[in-house]
Amino acid sequence: MSRKNLIGLLPIAAVLLIPLLTQNPYLLHMFILSLLWIVLGQSWNLLGGYTGQISYGHAAFFGVGAYTTGIMVKSGQSPSTAWWGLLFGGLMAALVAAFIGWVCFRLRGSYFSLSVLALSEVLRLVAVNWNRLTNGAEGILFIPAFTQKTYYYYIVFALAAVNLGVIRWVMRSKPGYYFLAIREDQDCAESLGIDTTKYKLLSLLISAFFTGAAGAFYMNYMGFIDPGIVFSIADISIMMILVTMLGGAATKWGPAVGAILFILVSEIFRVWVGSGHLLFFGVLIIAIIIYFPNGIVGTLVDRRTRKRRLRGAEAVA
Amino acid sequence: MTALLELKDVTKRFGGLQAVGHMTFSLDKGEILGLIGPNGAGKTTIFNLINGFYPPTSGTILFKGKRIDGLKPHTVCRLGLARTFQVVKPLARLSVLDNVMVSAFSRTNHREEARTTALEATTFTEMDAWRDVPAGSLPLGMRKRLEMARALATKPEILLLDENFAGLNPTEVEKTNAIVKKIHATGITILIIEHNMRVIMAISHRLICINYGEKIAEGTPQEVATNPQVVEAYLGAAHA
Amino acid sequence: MSPQVAGQLELLGQVLISGILLGGLYSLIGLGMSLIMGVMKIINLAHGELMMVAMYITFWAFTLAKIDPYVSLLIVFPLMFLLGVSVQKFLLTPVMEADTVLPQNQVLLTVGLGLVLSNLALLFFTANYRSVPVSYASKTIYWDLKLGGQTISLSFSYPFLVAFCIAGVLGASLFIFLAKTDTGRMIRATAQDKRAAALMGINTKRITYITFGLGAALVGAAGALLDPVYYLYPQIGGPFTSKAFVITILGGLGDIPGAVLGGLVLGLAESLGSVYISLGYKDAFGFIIFVLVLIFMPRGLLGRGRA
Repeated sequence: MSRKNLIGLLPIAAVLLIPLLTQNPYLLHMFILSLLWIVLGQSWNLLGGYTGQISYGHAAFFGVGAYTTGIMVKSGQSPSTAWWGLLFGGLMAALVAAFIGWVCFRLRGSYFSLSVLALSEVLRLVAVNWNRLTNGAEGILFIPAFTQKTYYYYIVFALAAVNLGVIRWVMRSKPGYYFLAIREDQDCAESLGIDTTKYKLLSLLISAFFTGAAGAFYMNYMGFIDPGIVFSIADISIMMILVTMLGGAATKWGPAVGAILFILVSEIFRVWVGSGHLLFFGVLIIAIIIYFPNGIVGTLVDRRTRKRRLRGAEAVA
Repeated sequence: MTALLELKDVTKRFGGLQAVGHMTFSLDKGEILGLIGPNGAGKTTIFNLINGFYPPTSGTILFKGKRIDGLKPHTVCRLGLARTFQVVKPLARLSVLDNVMVSAFSRTNHREEARTTALEATTFTEMDAWRDVPAGSLPLGMRKRLEMARALATKPEILLLDENFAGLNPTEVEKTNAIVKKIHATGITILIIEHNMRVIMAISHRLICINYGEKIAEGTPQEVATNPQVVEAYLGAAHA
Repeated sequence: MSPQVAGQLELLGQVLISGILLGGLYSLIGLGMSLIMGVMKIINLAHGELMMVAMYITFWAFTLAKIDPYVSLLIVFPLMFLLGVSVQKFLLTPVMEADTVLPQNQVLLTVGLGLVLSNLALLFFTANYRSVPVSYASKTIYWDLKLGGQTISLSFSYPFLVAFCIAGVLGASLFIFLAKTDTGRMIRATAQDKRAAALMGINTKRITYITFGLGAALVGAAGALLDPVYYLYPQIGGPFTSKAFVITILGGLGDIPGAVLGGLVLGLAESLGSVYISLGYKDAFGFIIFVLVLIFMPRGLLGRGRA
């Protein structure tokens, strides 16, 4: 057990050392984006993959996190206090999530999935139109606190590590078992004593909090938000799903693998092909669903458990 | 004897259709009460009413003297009423042990305790060898038994068994029969729906027969089995 | 009646008229979505993108061959039907049986399809805004009302009026088709209970092909009818997908007459909201009603949808 844990820590230690090995801003930028998307993928995965509640509008929480931070800065705080956005942005996102969850989780089926989509659209319209609060379509611009990318690297690394740790811990305790039960069969979960509404909400709150915190980090890092980007269905909501599906929904490392591949492919398209990456991602989504429904990590895990199951069946027989 | 569960004049309508009408009966502590009746008579609907999936259209349901009609299923479960499903509902991608742990968590917040309870429940239902198998790939007999293991892990006072013998081969029927008796011996009160007359006649202390949602007979297995209305319900008027 | 009151009445009347005319088109969009929802139990998140495809077909038919948008309905309807059938047959049906951790993989697939369609349009037709410059684009019909000594002059946009009438005819034909023909009855039976329908000998697979085809054709028709009055660009689908599911929820999931009502309500809400509250929030009104309906009447305005 402990040796297994140590081996698990090795890649984490390696990732921790990266800024010591390279100060290349471009490379660091890529790593920072990958870590950001790891947070986004993992957060979506908790709700979608483990709890089975598909959200088509997680950009709502990302945008709320980013705007909370932006508005804090705009209202006269110094850029360094913008880091509080990681906390407050997450909390605001969780608050919004509590509302939508309260409305939708009493109902079954796709109501939640679609309502979040609607919510993210409404929030985008509010961000574009409420000039006094949000600067409207111009967005909010401020001077980032650091010029060194290394700081951002460690901050987003810490965020990803906390995110991973919290999700791992939750999935190993009672709520985690309840999330899986809800995904598999809600009626059964209810009759086994699970308050399904409450636990769906809990999963959503954790997921939204980290998505909001990621949005706040994005604001801090970029120093600029545009309502069309942070509330974007295509660029945020759908890509969060893609990242999770690509790596493997409901797997431990799937979102991380998906996030790294996603950033890699995006870069390849940006540098070598020019436009058209969304087209490629659209095709990729369709291809994954048809040929790789459980993603890369999911497929590998499946293969391993199938082997183990065969062995188990022999033992039983 | 004291009544643990009481249904008083419970009616359930879906639209204009009456699924259960004026149902009144009580379940005494420590007994095994059988619920029989032709297909579509409303037996599972009664379970769904007790368990909280549907609120009754009228009437009251009491558990230990307190009203439970209108409560959510998860609350009813926590009060001490567990059920199994006729159409089995395994949490397909979870292992057998994880399935049972999920229900064990209704009595504890600690993973180790839940695990211990789950291990006990799977041993009790003689599923030890199947613990690591994903519930979705279990054969039907084992799925039915998983239903019982999960219900037991919630540590109920009353267990509602919905056709746990249906579709089993004779050996499995014997085994399940023994397990139900073992459950009863631990002090759990049982309300059971079953089509296999031989099994239910032997196992129940009392029987209630339902037809078109209404109670048509109640009494000892012998009394109910010889009741002309019951015979008519099962075989049609010609045989009465 | 004072001139002020008359002026207010005129404005209100005008707003109601444009709301209802727009609502007619929305109903057509919602009908397609609701039909698909009813039979396949999935939300088609590429619905707006299918409409966009139809709009481009209409646009090119007009630009290259000078075919009037209303005439091009005759091309658009069958073409979109075929597209819909192919999507169902080659993409959605094959993934239906796959065992996946994520639920709703068919819906996710329509998300991917939407991305592909809108970005293909971007690739081939550029991001430029285009329009179909028909001669009657801004033609208006006036109707003067004498009321309490004042004249109230109401105007009807000609292309909107024509679109409303054609939408009405298409909607009515759909109801007759569903009620009177064998295929229509089979669609209704499949929507009610797919397994029972299959047991009755209905080829439910074929029914799903036809249903998706019809859904695509209906929203395609709406696209062709919108061409004379709307700008056209590759990303136009997204907002219309949102509108389509707002309509479907308003009407009640899978409730086909409800979709007509939902469309009219959304049209009126947008029209009233943009005049009396704020133009910037025009698209938000539908969502606000949507949330209210979800909270207070989750089975839709008619209370007959699946909750």
